[in-house]
Amino acid sequence: MNSDQILQLIIAGITVGSIYALIALGFVVIHNVTGVINFAQGEFAMLGALIAITLSQNTPIFNRSVTIGLGWPLPIAIIVATLLVALIGMALYRFAIRPARTRSVIVQIIITIGASIALRGLALITWSTDPYRLPNFTDGAPMHIGQAVITQQDLWMIGTALVLLLLLYLFFQRTLLGKALRACAINRTAASLMGINVNNMTFLAFALSAGIGALAGIVITPKTFMSYDSGAFLGLKGFVAAAIGGLENETSAVIGGLALGLLETLAAGLLSSGYKDAIAFIVLFIILFLQASGIWRRGGSRDTAGV
Amino acid sequence: MFLLVTLALALLPVILRNNYQISILTFIGLFTILTVGLSLLMGYAGQVSLGHAVFYGMGGYGAALLTLRLGLPAWASIPCAAILTGLVAYLIGIPLLRLRGNYLAMATLGLNIIFFLVATNETALTGGPNGLQGYGKLSFGSIIFKTDMQFYYLIWAVALVVLAVSLNVVNSRIGRALRAIHDSEVAAEALGVNTERFKTQVLVLSAVYASLAGSLYAFWIGIVSPGDFSITFSTELVVMVAVGGLSSVWGAIFGAAAVTMLTEFLRNALPRLLGGASGELQIVVFGVLLVLIMVFLPEGLTTGTLLRLRAWRAGRPEKKS
Repeated sequence: MNSDQILQLIIAGITVGSIYALIALGFVVIHNVTGVINFAQGEFAMLGALIAITLSQNTPIFNRSVTIGLGWPLPIAIIVATLLVALIGMALYRFAIRPARTRSVIVQIIITIGASIALRGLALITWSTDPYRLPNFTDGAPMHIGQAVITQQDLWMIGTALVLLLLLYLFFQRTLLGKALRACAINRTAASLMGINVNNMTFLAFALSAGIGALAGIVITPKTFMSYDSGAFLGLKGFVAAAIGGLENETSAVIGGLALGLLETLAAGLLSSGYKDAIAFIVLFIILFLQASGIWRRGGSRDTAGV
Repeated sequence: MFLLVTLALALLPVILRNNYQISILTFIGLFTILTVGLSLLMGYAGQVSLGHAVFYGMGGYGAALLTLRLGLPAWASIPCAAILTGLVAYLIGIPLLRLRGNYLAMATLGLNIIFFLVATNETALTGGPNGLQGYGKLSFGSIIFKTDMQFYYLIWAVALVVLAVSLNVVNSRIGRALRAIHDSEVAAEALGVNTERFKTQVLVLSAVYASLAGSLYAFWIGIVSPGDFSITFSTELVVMVAVGGLSSVWGAIFGAAAVTMLTEFLRNALPRLLGGASGELQIVVFGVLLVLIMVFLPEGLTTGTLLRLRAWRAGRPEKKS
């Protein structure tokens, strides 16, 4: 294994890591504002991709009984798909999560699990088990660093993650709306007392999370095929990435995502590729063991209050 | 109540005589064992286990491997597998039970996936994707278990014992401690309840139950393969618990029965309804069902409906437990 191959692995790791980072971001945003882990986060990515594909290509749906041939230009398809998934996210909040906000944490967890299953099932009905992909966003020669290769789509992935991060940062830190969202995350009651409509803010949080997830799915699908159940693993790994950062803030989620991507790719390349998917969980276990022995700082007071 | 159920179960196969139906009922018995354990864990100890099939799988593969590789007689490998599974659960529980529910959920899911991957990849040890078979039959002395009918009685006998033990636990000091923990861990700790120890005990107990079920399954079906212990099955178990009621021991039978029969119905009916769709379509139904039940009847279909009925009859706005 020479340095060029390792470099290639690192590039692959950063690329896939930026996707994990985006999904982790979605987890963190929703968790901060509502305290709920949205197990359907991965499904947002899957839906974003599949909807974008349906809008831009001839796609047979409902078990090939209907074919949608809208053939919209890719950028429009992407924007519309993202907005649609954001709407789905808001619907998820409105119909599944908000009615149960007084229930115990377990119940809420099970609800998001149920929602993710339902979304997956709806995707199965619509697109059945076929895998799909989008064409590369731009066609062109890949870049070379030594013997290692970065394709243009890789750059799109990393670039999208960076741009979204930047936008989110500006949003949360510099705009009034963003600050209102952060206020809800810190203390819902106090925010409400300050005149912030927590309900609307939560809608926004879900829309944002879903939109980011959708974009993550869209941007990865030229490289890897997307099918109805791709969301499950993406969501899991995104969660692990978020957990690495302690589910606390957006930056640690991104770092977690990149770290996970790197670890996974390096381990798969250097050790064994059969267990690639297990890496994420082994990492999770290590993190949890470390957390339990107090080496990391624990999560905030939100965690222990009221279980 | 207990006698009634026992009697009914004993008579059913005689009445039904249909082998297919008897095996469905046997599966329900198997799943009941699993569901009771998970229900205790989720309802009483308040911990979500999204990968419970891993303990089921450890019981199945454990018993098969112990019998096949170590030559243990079947009736010995079952408890050995159970002990090993309990040990693993204990070790996992030490760091995980201290953390929030989300982490245990993810960790059990992760464990399930890792187990599945190991079972699929380590062909030399586990037979790979095709699984293990040929590890012999279960026998006690001169009784060899090979017919479906025998396993029906065996599995339900174990299920009833498990139910009895669980009812005992629930109504005992431990059960009260668990309910205190569920209501508020902080308060329970303040009252001197060692929450960690209780949560660990419940986790181990539910894992042992699952292992027993897995071992019985191994000897009944005669083959264990990774596909039986997937995360999809773990999710189905969660649905069973949710339907039957998070804190209801008897609800476990109901939940297991309802979900199993629903699955069978969907497997037969859906392809005709939707023209050749794959058998996984029950996913949607389960997902929606889960959401609906959790939103409207989080205590499960049995307890929840009873509570609502009682409240409605009393004419007061319902009190949530």
